[in-house]
Amino acid sequence: MNRRKVHPIQPYMEDEVAPKKLSSDIKARIGQQLRAMYSDVVSQGVPERFADILRKLDEKNSGAPAAPQEGSSPNESSPDAGSKPSEQADGPV
Amino acid sequence: MGPSDKPIRETMLEAVPSLRAFAISLCGNVDRADDLVQEALLRAWANLDSFQPGTNMSAWLFTILRNVFRSEYRKRRREVEDADGSYADSLTSLPNQTSNLEMDEFRKALELLPPDQRESLILVGASGFSYDEAAQICGCAVGTIKSRVNRARSRLASILSIESTSDFGPDHETRAAMGGSRRP
Repeated sequence: MNRRKVHPIQPYMEDEVAPKKLSSDIKARIGQQLRAMYSDVVSQGVPERFADILRKLDEKNSGAPAAPQEGSSPNESSPDAGSKPSEQADGPV
Repeated sequence: MGPSDKPIRETMLEAVPSLRAFAISLCGNVDRADDLVQEALLRAWANLDSFQPGTNMSAWLFTILRNVFRSEYRKRRREVEDADGSYADSLTSLPNQTSNLEMDEFRKALELLPPDQRESLILVGASGFSYDEAAQICGCAVGTIKSRVNRARSRLASILSIESTSDFGPDHETRAAMGGSRRP
C-alpha cells in the first residue's frame, strides 16, 4: 500500500497560496476523511455529564422554562461545573 | 417546555455529540473540549431568550461554543504557551478513534492549517453546516468562509500530496466509520 509522506513544511503562511483547482474527486476524499474523523467523536454519543447538567437546569427552571436566570452563576446548578469559572459578562453571541 | 413542540433540553442534547467534535477540533484536547461544551450549554441556557425560535438551534450553540473558546483562548494564551502539547499529540489520546495511518496523517495535516481555515473546513465539511450557517457561526461573510474552505482544501491536498484517486483512498475501516450520519 502506498504511503504518503506528510511534508515537513512550516505550519502555514498567511493566505499566500492561490487555491489551485481541485478535482471534485479530491474534494470528496478530503470530505470523507473529515467526516470519518468527526464521527469518531460523534459516535461516542452524549456523555452522562451533559445529560445531568441539562436535566438539573430544566428542573430548576420548570415553571418558567423560557426565563433565563440573569445574574445567577451557572456553576451553582451543577456540582461538577466548578472546574472552569464562567464569564457571564460576555454575551453568548 | 419550549416554544416548539420539542423540549429545548432535548434539542440541546442532540447537538452535544457534534459540539464535542467541533470543540475538540478547536482546542485539540478532549477534557478541555468537554469543559468548553459544558460552558457553552450553561451560557446557552442562561440566554435562551436570545435564541430565535424557528432558527437553527445547533448553529446557535456552535456560535456560543466558539465564543467561549475564543474568550478563553485569549486568556490562556498568555498563561500557557502551548504547554498542552500539540494538537495532533492530544488527539491521539481520543478513545475509540479510528486508528490507521491514513487518519493520523490527515489529522497532522489538518493541524498545519491556519485555525480560521481549519474551523471553516470542519464546519462545512464535517459538521454539515451550509456556507451561510458557517458564516453566521464565525461572524463573517459567506465569501470569506468559501475562500477559507477552498484554501484549506488546497493546502491539505498539497500537504498530503494528493495527486490522484489511487493516492488517497479510504481503507475499509475508514469506510465503515463513515457510515455514520453527517450531523446529529
